[in-house]
Amino acid sequence: MIIVLPIILPLAFAIIMLFAWKIPKYHKYINLTGSILLLIVAVILLNDILTDKISTYQMGNWTAPFGISLVADYLSTVMVLISAIIFVATSVYSIATIDSDRVKFGYFPLLQTLMMGINGSFLTGDVFNLYVWFEVMLISSFVLLALGGKKEQLEGAIKYVTLNLLSSALFLAAVGILYGLTGTLNMADLAVKITAVDKRIVNVVSMLFLVAFGIKAAIFPLFFWLPASYHTPHSAVSAIFAGLLTKVGVYALMRVFTLIFIQDVNFTHYIILILSGFTMLVGVLGAAAQYDFRRILSFHIISQIGYMIMGLGLFSPLAIAGGVFYLIHHIIVKTNLFFVSGVIKNIRGTYDLKKLGGIYKLYPIFGLLFLIPALSLAGIPPLSGFWAKFTVIKAGLELNEYTIVIVSLIVGLLTLYSMTKIWNEVFWKDETDEIKEKKRFSELEISKRIFMLSPIIVLAIITVIIGLYAEPFFEFATETSKQLLNKNIYINAVLKR
Amino acid sequence: MNLLLALLIGVLYAAGIYMIMRRSFVKVIIGLIFLGHAANLLIFTIGRLTKGSPAFVPMDGILLEPFADPLPQALILTAIVIGFGVQAFAIVLFKKAYQTVGTDDLDEMKSTDELK
Repeated sequence: MIIVLPIILPLAFAIIMLFAWKIPKYHKYINLTGSILLLIVAVILLNDILTDKISTYQMGNWTAPFGISLVADYLSTVMVLISAIIFVATSVYSIATIDSDRVKFGYFPLLQTLMMGINGSFLTGDVFNLYVWFEVMLISSFVLLALGGKKEQLEGAIKYVTLNLLSSALFLAAVGILYGLTGTLNMADLAVKITAVDKRIVNVVSMLFLVAFGIKAAIFPLFFWLPASYHTPHSAVSAIFAGLLTKVGVYALMRVFTLIFIQDVNFTHYIILILSGFTMLVGVLGAAAQYDFRRILSFHIISQIGYMIMGLGLFSPLAIAGGVFYLIHHIIVKTNLFFVSGVIKNIRGTYDLKKLGGIYKLYPIFGLLFLIPALSLAGIPPLSGFWAKFTVIKAGLELNEYTIVIVSLIVGLLTLYSMTKIWNEVFWKDETDEIKEKKRFSELEISKRIFMLSPIIVLAIITVIIGLYAEPFFEFATETSKQLLNKNIYINAVLKR
Repeated sequence: MNLLLALLIGVLYAAGIYMIMRRSFVKVIIGLIFLGHAANLLIFTIGRLTKGSPAFVPMDGILLEPFADPLPQALILTAIVIGFGVQAFAIVLFKKAYQTVGTDDLDEMKSTDELK
């Protein structure tokens, strides 16, 4: 029963805020309450799953292959938990930074419906239902992206909307074909019945799924909407997008390519592996050319997606564990970096690296707060990114896939180059003349400063904890990988056999 | 009937993809609508077409083969509703973008992709 709550709770709070539409100044507190409750629910869910291993709920009490199943296994649960943490962080950060115009147009209810879509995608056990949750998530993200109505926002939104609608149409077609082949939409039932279908047709459908989810996850060569749109909205919006949205695509890829499309691993997963190499390389090279704080970070999302997909493509227990670990680490680190960029924008009024400077001299501790996620992203020990990279690369070496290992090592180095560039331009070099008169941090109200910095500090602490105390997180990732690779656990739990 | 629908779906996909590659806003939206309809018809056709057979088990409990599968229709209905909402949003967004940017030519919308 508790599985339903991560979906119901955001819906309820969105409705509460719609009833309170006329008093927008209370939205932020209602939203914060909702996000904290969601975090509590997620923790309880994780606690349950750690004892039960996997838990299912049949909507409307229809037995498994006929109704819609909700399934919480290790992967879904950890994704729900991480999303809830990011959601709380974004809610706190939004209190300080979101302007009253955005609040009046329903910023906070939209955040809640976005979370409903994300949690629904993680928990559903039905392919068509996954499509529906994707759409719930997308429509909220469309509005959040365009909210504010600036020129570049609308341009970015058009590219984002068009490509995501294309991906939805492909996904829908793929679901239709899958239904025509097997006569079922329940993922567990699909996993059973797909074994009877001709392998070649299954491969075609699996490629349709790869393209549809690939657009959402921003893998090579389908990522173009991401660097065109993620740097345009409000910093709180781009932080939650950067952390969660593409990762829903990665989650969907991990789900279908470990549960359903595993008849011809040498073909499908090899393609994923090749794509992962290009994704890493193109993302990091794209970032090298940029001089806008958020655009550099956006390109790095793409290159980091490559590492997660690499874990999936290698398809060994250690590799999948590495992919899952990477997913956990990346969501926290990436959101944090976008928060940092937002704070700098708030005091300096720009994201342009050439115009910024001198932050370290004024705020050395804040500089340190940037360095923790930045070095973690690049994979410097002992931060969380090191263990994530180490695991996938070790898995690659075990399978003698040297090309991809070399690519991923080079990409790690280039990531460090980009982070050094940000460090040099924003923190290290002297203040440029035109920026000198700009606001100082101390001019902001105390409450605003607390709400802005506390999410960054908490997320940085989590990064350090994952890095220094990696063992339990890694053990969890290993268990997740075992569960993903043994599809019978999922099938038996859903179909109650 | 199957062949006819298959051809129609093919034409809709081709037209949809052609249209979303055009530069004009309106044509892109039309392209997206075509693609949505093509996917809906694909589900309809691939869910096996039957003529004049019931979708549910009759009262006497004896199921006549071939029976109609009601699920594809339910899926399409959901997809149509979602598609309708999303397309309505897209139209408003494109109109707003036209007013703000002052052009309906997608090739001129490159400020978010340019290096600064």
